[in-house]
Amino acid sequence: MSGFRLDSGGQIDRNQPRTFTFDGRKVSGFAGDTLASALLANGQTLFGRSFKYHRPRGLMSVGSEEPNALVTLTGPDTHEPNARATMVEVVDGLNASSQNRWPSLSVDLLSANQIGGPMLQAGFYYKTFMGPTRKAWRFYERFIRRAAGLGKAAQKPDPDRYEKINSFADLLVVGGGLAGLTAALKAAEKGARVILIDEHARFGGYHRGDPREQDTINSLLERIQAFDNATILPRTTCFGQYDCSTFGLVERVTAHNPTETEFAPCERLHVLRVRHAILATGAIERPLVFPGNDAPGVMLADAIRAYALRFGVSAGKNIVLFTSHDGAYRQLSALQDLGVPINAIVDTRTTISDIAMAQVAATGMQLITGHAVTRVHGYHGIKRVSVAPFDPYTSKINGKERAIECDCLGMSGGWTPSIHLTSQMGGVPEWDSTLHTVLPGKSNGTWSVCGSVAGYFDRDDTIASAETMVEEVLRKLSLSRARKAVTHPEKQDVLNVGPVWSIKGIGGKAFVDFQHDVTADDITIAHQEGFLSVEHLKRYTTLGMGTDQGKLSNINGLALMAEARGLDIPTVGTTRFRPPYTPVSFGALAADARGGHLQPTRRTAMHYWHLDAGAEMIDAGLWKRPRVYRRGSEDLEQAYIREARMTRQSIGIVDVSTLGKINVQGPDAAQFLDRVYSNGFAKLPVGKARYGLMLREDGIVYDDGTTWRLDDTNFLMTTTTAQAAAVLEHMELYLSVHWPDLKVHLTSVTDQWAGAAVAGPKVREMLQIAIPETDFDNEAFPFMAIRHGKTSQGIPVMMCRLSFSGEMAYEVYTPARFGLALWEELHSAGKEMDLVSYGTEALDTLRIEKGHVVNSELNGRTTAEMVGMGAMASKKTPYIGSAMKDRPAFKDRRRHQLVGLVSKSDECVLIGSHLVRNPALKTPCLSLGHVTSATYSPALEKYVALALLENGQELIGRDLYATFPMKGIHVAVEVVDPCFFDKDGERMRG
Amino acid sequence: MARFSAWALAKNALTGNQHWDSQWRKPEPKPAYDVIIIGGGGHGLATAFYLAKEHGIHNVAVVEKGWIGSGNVGRNTTIVRSNYELRPNALFYEHSMRLWEGLSQVLNYNVMFSQRGVLNLAHSPGELDAFATRGNALRLHGIDAELLDRNEVTRFVPQLDMSAETRFPIVGGLLQPRAGTARHDAIAWGYARAADHLGIDILENCEVTGFLKDGDAVVGVQTTRGDIKSAKIGVAVAGNTSDVMRKAGIENLPIESHVLQAFVSESLKPAVNTVVTGGGGHFYMSQSDKGGLVYGGNIDKYNSYAQRGNLPVIEDVHTLMLALYPQFAKLRMLRHWGGIMDMSLDGSPIITKGPLPGLYLNAGWCYGGFKATPASGWCFAHTIANDAPHALNAAFTLERFNSGYTIDEGGAGPFAKLH
Amino acid sequence: MLIPCPHCGDRDVSEYSYLGDATIKRPNQEKANPHKWETFVYNRQNPRGPHKELWQHNGGCRLIVEITRDTISHEILSMKATGPHKTGLGK
Repeated sequence: MSGFRLDSGGQIDRNQPRTFTFDGRKVSGFAGDTLASALLANGQTLFGRSFKYHRPRGLMSVGSEEPNALVTLTGPDTHEPNARATMVEVVDGLNASSQNRWPSLSVDLLSANQIGGPMLQAGFYYKTFMGPTRKAWRFYERFIRRAAGLGKAAQKPDPDRYEKINSFADLLVVGGGLAGLTAALKAAEKGARVILIDEHARFGGYHRGDPREQDTINSLLERIQAFDNATILPRTTCFGQYDCSTFGLVERVTAHNPTETEFAPCERLHVLRVRHAILATGAIERPLVFPGNDAPGVMLADAIRAYALRFGVSAGKNIVLFTSHDGAYRQLSALQDLGVPINAIVDTRTTISDIAMAQVAATGMQLITGHAVTRVHGYHGIKRVSVAPFDPYTSKINGKERAIECDCLGMSGGWTPSIHLTSQMGGVPEWDSTLHTVLPGKSNGTWSVCGSVAGYFDRDDTIASAETMVEEVLRKLSLSRARKAVTHPEKQDVLNVGPVWSIKGIGGKAFVDFQHDVTADDITIAHQEGFLSVEHLKRYTTLGMGTDQGKLSNINGLALMAEARGLDIPTVGTTRFRPPYTPVSFGALAADARGGHLQPTRRTAMHYWHLDAGAEMIDAGLWKRPRVYRRGSEDLEQAYIREARMTRQSIGIVDVSTLGKINVQGPDAAQFLDRVYSNGFAKLPVGKARYGLMLREDGIVYDDGTTWRLDDTNFLMTTTTAQAAAVLEHMELYLSVHWPDLKVHLTSVTDQWAGAAVAGPKVREMLQIAIPETDFDNEAFPFMAIRHGKTSQGIPVMMCRLSFSGEMAYEVYTPARFGLALWEELHSAGKEMDLVSYGTEALDTLRIEKGHVVNSELNGRTTAEMVGMGAMASKKTPYIGSAMKDRPAFKDRRRHQLVGLVSKSDECVLIGSHLVRNPALKTPCLSLGHVTSATYSPALEKYVALALLENGQELIGRDLYATFPMKGIHVAVEVVDPCFFDKDGERMRG
Repeated sequence: MARFSAWALAKNALTGNQHWDSQWRKPEPKPAYDVIIIGGGGHGLATAFYLAKEHGIHNVAVVEKGWIGSGNVGRNTTIVRSNYELRPNALFYEHSMRLWEGLSQVLNYNVMFSQRGVLNLAHSPGELDAFATRGNALRLHGIDAELLDRNEVTRFVPQLDMSAETRFPIVGGLLQPRAGTARHDAIAWGYARAADHLGIDILENCEVTGFLKDGDAVVGVQTTRGDIKSAKIGVAVAGNTSDVMRKAGIENLPIESHVLQAFVSESLKPAVNTVVTGGGGHFYMSQSDKGGLVYGGNIDKYNSYAQRGNLPVIEDVHTLMLALYPQFAKLRMLRHWGGIMDMSLDGSPIITKGPLPGLYLNAGWCYGGFKATPASGWCFAHTIANDAPHALNAAFTLERFNSGYTIDEGGAGPFAKLH
Repeated sequence: MLIPCPHCGDRDVSEYSYLGDATIKRPNQEKANPHKWETFVYNRQNPRGPHKELWQHNGGCRLIVEITRDTISHEILSMKATGPHKTGLGK
């Protein structure tokens, strides 16, 4: 093919040349060009290679339906595969290259695939590659994978930004053709908040670039722009419709405009919620199915018109059109005036309308009716085509072929309304047997259609349909008070389609789906093999599964299946379109939730102090917590051993601000806690705290923590860091739904309090300095007691004497804004006493030594009995979980029980090890249980662990192995009581 | 039925591909069968196949309301693995894995089972410890599992973002090398073709509208193609279980139907070679043989039969994708869709005799049903043929919800949305 | 999907937590038999069509709303507040 730039015409700015490269070659175009139009103007014929056969392919279309012209765009730091050349606007420095070919676009060795063509028919891969051994597929697959695939993914992180906005409007208008513009203007005039979008850079839709319509289009746009309540977004694609009139839009912001600031996003995701949507999405031209219809140089007939009118490009020097309807005759003389050399038109119909005839007469081109194109000659470009008499009833050739010279063939089998957005919400498309096309069908009430998507193919009807439809919608939205009945225009059959689904009787591949190389024969095979349903057809042949999502192929494929089955199209049914309308970048969908912004980060009041102190931070849900504070060249183990040892020797301090904290308030608060926890709280005196164990309704442990009675009707509940939000939600459900009679109010106060736990033999000494007015004497401030006080610097504190570490210990809370000051004051008070900050590792060490359980042990399958807390449950008062906790499975003696393990050697016990009697046993080998937590115990000077072990309590004193088969490590252990240290609690009770 | 082979392809190619047979017949329903399986999905078709192959029961009908494979076998992310921690699950899914390993040959249908490995990423030391517990349990069962540290993860999947700047840095992973992916539709078609070959009637466009009952016992089905009698009726209708069982008079089941979305990208040259899950949330992805990235995340978390989801989950899934692969930002999502998951209340399946005489139930697959297809069919066939479960599915009862022997892999409790 | 909240108006589904079937009633602690508990904890009608269900607006006012929603079309058919604050809220 030999496209060229016309002397005049198009919406390009001939004073603004643009230079870019294609496959390394410098090419020039103009501002307003797309990559496709500029290449076409430069005589480029070959644009890509097909998926399966690697056949050479040219440009097919002018829009987002393009199946062939896919390119990779590379910038200094960016790499974007599979960009449609028809949608890429030309800018200086644009660097595009062709894909899926090796070594080059014109010489692609994989096109050898075609030789095996007949063997590579639909579904061939289901029938072979199964031998000689069961592993064979992995061998073949490597080659198949390399041959398949289009562009290559980038190797380096994408430096571009993406962003998301939520927006709201009364009305969304999708499609900026005459229908969309008309509807948007009318709605704006009535005061509706309107958003009008179009996927292209310029508005006008089908009529874009048509000199006769340009004034109308410009004037409509200007008038809409004048309204503050209207927003116009070009280069914006509505990719999907979701529940409750929520629409997903992607706006391309910087690609066409390299001068945008560095802060501008490359794309912007709009999550748009509207009261109604008018879908004026237009229609897409349908290819004809005949042998050689994929040769470079064969393209959609209307694309030839559009390239001339929009870009001032003629697609060829000697163009022939091949059609079966009157639409292809539109504007023939206008094109001829521009210098587009259309020399013949081949029509499968024997008669054409007078209007079409007049167009032919005005141009003097050759008209060949009752004929079909039967072959396309030339491999990398058309040299000539063969035509022959055609019987539309049998779709067969019934006469001799003759050749017509040409270098470009435009084909058109009719128009298919773009019903994707209507179908996504389950709208069932309807076949219109007059228009021979599919229409959107009944709306679910969230959308309306007008223009050609609604079946109006006449220009004036398009506008009229927009006017009546928008009126109907405005009334629904109470924005119009007019009463006169609305009558939509009649759908006129202006195209006079003589439906032709394929040209038969001549050999050669006739393509239905260009990108995926699905031919008419493939559909026949699918039919033969019983893949009769449309969905089976699609899946078996991969019809419509390419990046063009079947925009060009679906209807032809459907019709061919109907033909094969001898049924009409509506009986065969249509497939449901899935979002998105056109592919959407991952970047746009992820927007700014990238890198460190994937999820929010929660930091305690002391966070930066920890960082300054050299803490290594660890994620605990969304929180960051200090894991260890390494000194010098310490490794992780040395650091936590030091922290734990110093805590037991003098004082340790740990940030416990992340614990969940919930205020439980109200006259029925105590009764509520009685029901929520498995143990009783009603009798807890004011000023005391108690450990509570919470079960789920099914009797499994849900959470634990201490709850403090601040006064008669006011409790402060603490939860684990991980479960804080879930526990609140859980309790709110009971208060709202199951026990609405209880007068209790819950408030999350996790973020309001900062807290430090201080523990160790010298803790009282230190606290007495820091909080001088409080009496820390054993009797004055007994175990589990709560005291309020203030530090020497006047910081208010609320304290409770409770211990997770087994040491004499206190939790000290203060309003979060004083958290850092309190933390520093405690440190300075403890300085002389070797106070040490410790992190989650030492916290773990200290609690393991005491046999306290955390979520490693409470894994959602653990009962209270399993961790030795069955006895503390209330016997009289029912509580959540009490009814189901005694089911047979919970009494099964095989159920695990918490035990301690002591390594019998110098080797550490690895978490995740399983307990077995003999590690030398061959698999499968029964696991008796597993190690849930493990540490080096500085107190015992041994490696110890906690484990859940079948019938564990009875195995205390036995020797087992903790085996870690994935590393081949087996450690001999002795089963012991889970409390390793100070079982009587003398240290914490003082 | 002609065997499929490269030879058959060549022979047919030479004769213009005119002589392929229908892969399964389109028979008319008979008035009665020995067994009726409701549901022409992967599980139902596999059940029928194994009834004939393993138990010699050939007089079987599979009734399907639409086209076979139209449920979740036709819309999933194709992951096959057996890396479950709890014993009943591990043994069952491993049995499935072993069936997968010879499935193409047994069915004479290339299901493209590709053992490219499934790598679960750990984003915290605690998560890695949990993986260690799981992986070691697998190894003791004789199932493959490897624990990878950071460096090994980098070597295995060099495309992953291993930098410390990510919100949840990767600390390691659990790899099952034998796990992988398969061509999802091919499972349904392969089982259908093989079952048909063994004499089983596959009745498409045959919707069950009610059950024929004799007292409590179920003795047949009413369908849009007439009444069909049978003493044994198996229900394998994932996504529609509650609905179909209601027609038999069962009003309540430990199942909620939720929508799970899945996604596929535009086709690419090989970009990731293995199945990876993780990202600091719920995300999993592989690349298909055609080059599309196939991925998904969490369920939408509300009851739904709509086969389509909403934007919040779509956005979440893509944030997790870019957390793992920031270089993929300019790749594009080509299509997304939703499937209906029977979320059981403990996250594990039900393959059981009952709950009514004559009725057998296969349900509650949450979103793990695809990989289970062979073993599910195998065990269900065994249960139907013998009127008693096989040891492999003995734990998958309905009764467990009463007795407390629930199989809660995630420890999430009796909340469908959390499994 | 937009979920209506009697306090806050229509809000995006991402602001809510789904709490499931609203028709299940917690059995009487003292009297109920094990079967009733099993039904409450595990068994669901799971209807195709209108479904009474609970949503908590925990990204907002934290109110728990009882909604009837069609599980096929996702259309919301009715809404009311639950709990001690329900008086005067919702329809």
